[in-house]
Amino acid sequence: MTAAMLGAVVPTTTYYLILSALLFGIGAAGLMIRRNPLIMFMCVELMLNAVNISFVALAVRFGDIDGQTAVFFVMVVAAAEVVVGLGIIISILKRRPGATADDLAELKG
Amino acid sequence: MVIAGALGVILRSNPVHAALSLVLTLFGVAVHFVALEAHFLAAVQVIVYAGAIVVLFLFVIMLLGVDKAEDLSIEPFPVQRPMAVLVGAAVAGLVIAAVVRARDTLAEGTPLPAEDDQNIQALARNLFQDHVFAFEFTSILLIVAVAGTVILTRKEKQGGAE
Repeated sequence: MTAAMLGAVVPTTTYYLILSALLFGIGAAGLMIRRNPLIMFMCVELMLNAVNISFVALAVRFGDIDGQTAVFFVMVVAAAEVVVGLGIIISILKRRPGATADDLAELKG
Repeated sequence: MVIAGALGVILRSNPVHAALSLVLTLFGVAVHFVALEAHFLAAVQVIVYAGAIVVLFLFVIMLLGVDKAEDLSIEPFPVQRPMAVLVGAAVAGLVIAAVVRARDTLAEGTPLPAEDDQNIQALARNLFQDHVFAFEFTSILLIVAVAGTVILTRKEKQGGAE
């Protein structure tokens, strides 16, 4: 272990899972607090990263590389999601500058 | 560092500062990946997330000109903010409680190869042998996302609806 060679405390899997839970909680709270659609997207990224940390930590713990493959797919899907989401945000904000998530009721019948 | 960056994302009123805090968080996550011997994912994290995605965010912020600080004191629903904090803390607390209670029952597997290129090789073998169909589907997903975004944001030349 690289960290052990440096004489540092080697973090356990539990530490990574707690960090992941905290990050997910912050992302979820931010998603509900903020009104700017851009910031809400960043909070979604935070939550995805939290899940990625726990995936990698458990993959290392169980000695199963499948977890890291899953993180790879999560990253690809996150990239696609950001591209589409930002496209939607651009097309909305071009028409209505300064719109927040509360103003977006265009699909309402 | 990760937590500080994450708090910065949701507390800074200026979207540019929030995006830069997001960079801090993503780099911190990449450092954790390195500590977990997932070198390939750390590289991909820096390139794709900290590179591409955050640059895309900053690009949109600059393009739309929304890089002014918004007033965070305006709150349309007075109950929502404490409720959101409560729900976020509850989610984190429940997961932490579950993790702490179950930490002794966590099975220990055979350690992953941690040699020079072993991580990349193992990941490639797993990706292209066991999950090759999922890999192909992600390429379709990316094509569809790019095409959809181009259609979505393109200017209508012939006097369309927009």
